[in-house]
Amino acid sequence: MSKTAIAYIFSAATLLVAVWLGVSIGSVKIPIQTLWNATADPTAANILWKIRMPRVVLAGLVGASLAISGAAFQGLLKNPLADPYTLGVSSGASVGAVMTLFFGISITFFGHFTLPVFSMIGAALTMFVVLGFARLVDRAMKMETIILTGIIFSSFLGSLLSLMIALTGEELRQIIGWLLGSVSMRGWSYVTMILPFVGIGSVLLWINRRELNAMLFGEERAHHLGVNVKRRKWMILIGGSLLTGSAVAVSGTIGFVGLVVPHMTRLMWGADHRHLLTLSFFNGASLLIICDLVARTIISPSELPVGVITAFIGAPVFAFIFYRQRRKGAM
Amino acid sequence: MLTVKNLTGGYSNTPVVKDVSFQVEKGEVLGILGPNGSGKSTLLKMISGILPKQTGTITIEAQDVSTYSQKEFARKVAVLPQMHTHAFSHSVFETVSLGRYPHQSGLFSTWSKEDERAVMEAMTLTDIMRYKDTAIELLSGGERQRVFVAQALAQEAPILLLDEPTNHLDIAHQQQLLDTIREQAIQKGLTVISVFHDINLASLYCDRLLLMENGQIAKIGAPHDVVKESMVGTVYDAKVKTQPHPELPKPQITLLPHVDVKKLPFTVDLTDFNVTANYVLLQTNKPLKTVSSAVHNPGTGWYQTFVNRHVDANYHVADAKEEMARYLEQEGFHPTDTVGMMTAVQAEHVEFGKYEEDFGSILIAVTAGIGNAVDVAEALSRDRKERIGTINTWVIVNGKLSEEAFIQAMITATEAKTKALQTEEVLDPLTKTVATGTSTDSLLIAATQQGECLPYAGPITPLGKLIGHGVYECTVRAIRAYRKAKEGSV
Repeated sequence: MSKTAIAYIFSAATLLVAVWLGVSIGSVKIPIQTLWNATADPTAANILWKIRMPRVVLAGLVGASLAISGAAFQGLLKNPLADPYTLGVSSGASVGAVMTLFFGISITFFGHFTLPVFSMIGAALTMFVVLGFARLVDRAMKMETIILTGIIFSSFLGSLLSLMIALTGEELRQIIGWLLGSVSMRGWSYVTMILPFVGIGSVLLWINRRELNAMLFGEERAHHLGVNVKRRKWMILIGGSLLTGSAVAVSGTIGFVGLVVPHMTRLMWGADHRHLLTLSFFNGASLLIICDLVARTIISPSELPVGVITAFIGAPVFAFIFYRQRRKGAM
Repeated sequence: MLTVKNLTGGYSNTPVVKDVSFQVEKGEVLGILGPNGSGKSTLLKMISGILPKQTGTITIEAQDVSTYSQKEFARKVAVLPQMHTHAFSHSVFETVSLGRYPHQSGLFSTWSKEDERAVMEAMTLTDIMRYKDTAIELLSGGERQRVFVAQALAQEAPILLLDEPTNHLDIAHQQQLLDTIREQAIQKGLTVISVFHDINLASLYCDRLLLMENGQIAKIGAPHDVVKESMVGTVYDAKVKTQPHPELPKPQITLLPHVDVKKLPFTVDLTDFNVTANYVLLQTNKPLKTVSSAVHNPGTGWYQTFVNRHVDANYHVADAKEEMARYLEQEGFHPTDTVGMMTAVQAEHVEFGKYEEDFGSILIAVTAGIGNAVDVAEALSRDRKERIGTINTWVIVNGKLSEEAFIQAMITATEAKTKALQTEEVLDPLTKTVATGTSTDSLLIAATQQGECLPYAGPITPLGKLIGHGVYECTVRAIRAYRKAKEGSV
């Protein structure tokens, strides 16, 4: 069996196991037959399908979105430190979301899509402003320029967030809770809300998988290999913004997944974007489902913000894989 | 194949490339040369579409390139980049596979047999098969560059553009890379346009050269039309000399370093000669430019030690050159800095002479063994048996000789020797006619290359007169000394 096939089977199996653990473990243990036999234990079936499953699916979608967009941004910017958070897109999304909560904006046309829509508009605006400014500073758009610009805008938007929190009254808990990042008590409506954006964003990135491979060698090289660099770059940036915006919109800022999952995937299965994107998608989903499981069970009945757990679990695992890989390279 | 017409453009508003027109034929290798900032890389980038043009047209196979889509263009033109680094590592196979990008289309386009063949062929050509699954970051600079050559070849475009492809490569990798590309041009009709920093490499590997100066074409033509002292010297503002390649009809240039150290006047005198039982020796303070037909280090070169070795009349070894080299080393002479001749004449029978004129002086040393004298006019009727006997002539000039002066000096010296044999009535023992030399005569002309410039050395030039007179006189004396020694021994 080829290495690629093993990679896909392994990642998919991990995801299935993660999903199962995510839905079965908790204050009430869910037996596996509940999946296909709802009548045997209606309470368990209720918990499974109404509470646990939407939460797990949402966690999976958020993790997958962050991981795939992180992988794409790292490839596009040729920088191992890039992720949606570094570039300021998450901050933009947060400002968009917090603004809707702060001003109590509710647009009937969007219905319950108001917050994610604003969040995504915030993400997209930030992305365009960051890139526009970077282009203004340095026409070659070197990665240092883009990243520094991202940091400038992140800190600016961060202070804007702090300002809104300082001025807020009633909605403070809501905003803080949202910012810390969580996928609890969202229900299926949130899943259906972000599903189209995750779908479109992921497809936009996936159809540029070969272009991303070429762009790893630099924009000029990609141009010579026949890539329409300008168009492809915008497609990837818009796809990444859609994914980041929708992920932040439903779960707040969970920063670690977008940075580390692509690296772990790359270390295990190689840097070829034709597989890296899909595998990161699976692994991001698995990681966030597991992290969410830990977040809600570790100090049960209370819950921790899932963002705390992602770094808590992700960092040591990443350190271990990184160490093993580099040692192997050195020997 | 590719035509550039009145091309102007480059960065921002001030055009770097101005009104450049040229044409490249299928299978041709064109080298673009020019000093830093002359616009050679800009020109290449404009052809490859990285930089915008302001006016002019570029056509490939009679179609304007602006009508090509990015992918169509990449199917026509492949570009080999300068060396660079990147953040994430692909395997060698993945990297080369990217060359197939312009041949793939559609969302789910799969890897075809054609793609596989092109990649395998490119990897075989560049000899990187054994690195197939290695990460490129683990390869050396030279190997990595080969991977990118393979990537460009896998693109299978009829035109290949290169921007200083051999930058940072050692000479073995430079040669491998350029040989591979040259071979593709010959075998597959690949058209190559390459920017070169190294004029000599460009001259060696290109059919035509384009020399840029201030964004314009200073000269375009065959290497021998472009790599000229005057042309290269003016455009690059450097002091250079050209010389022929030792094996190929391609001119090569070399720099003339400007040495600021005061040149101490240096001349060779008779006191620099030494005669021992075994050899006549000349050692000079500085190397002399030498042309000779010696046994050890013949041809042209710069040498400080000159040995005329006495060997026994029965000296006979399979490889005289090898034995001579060993002998010189045994005697403590530096093998790469020494010119060595052989003679059966005793070293003590050497005849010296010093001759002076307004321009300077020349020194002459002759050993004349005439037992093997030959009349060259009757040579055809002779057997091929070699006999012992050699006239070895050294002419040392305190002066600066041109290339032609060296050759004229050899002619003049030879004529003088022949005249000496005539007046001394040396006969060819077989034909009984007057001999013109022996069958194994050697001649050495060496000059300090300092002092007066001596462009010619024909028999009526100041230098030629001295050589003619001196060689004649010394040869006569040497023949007499030889004969006297013979008589004494009989």
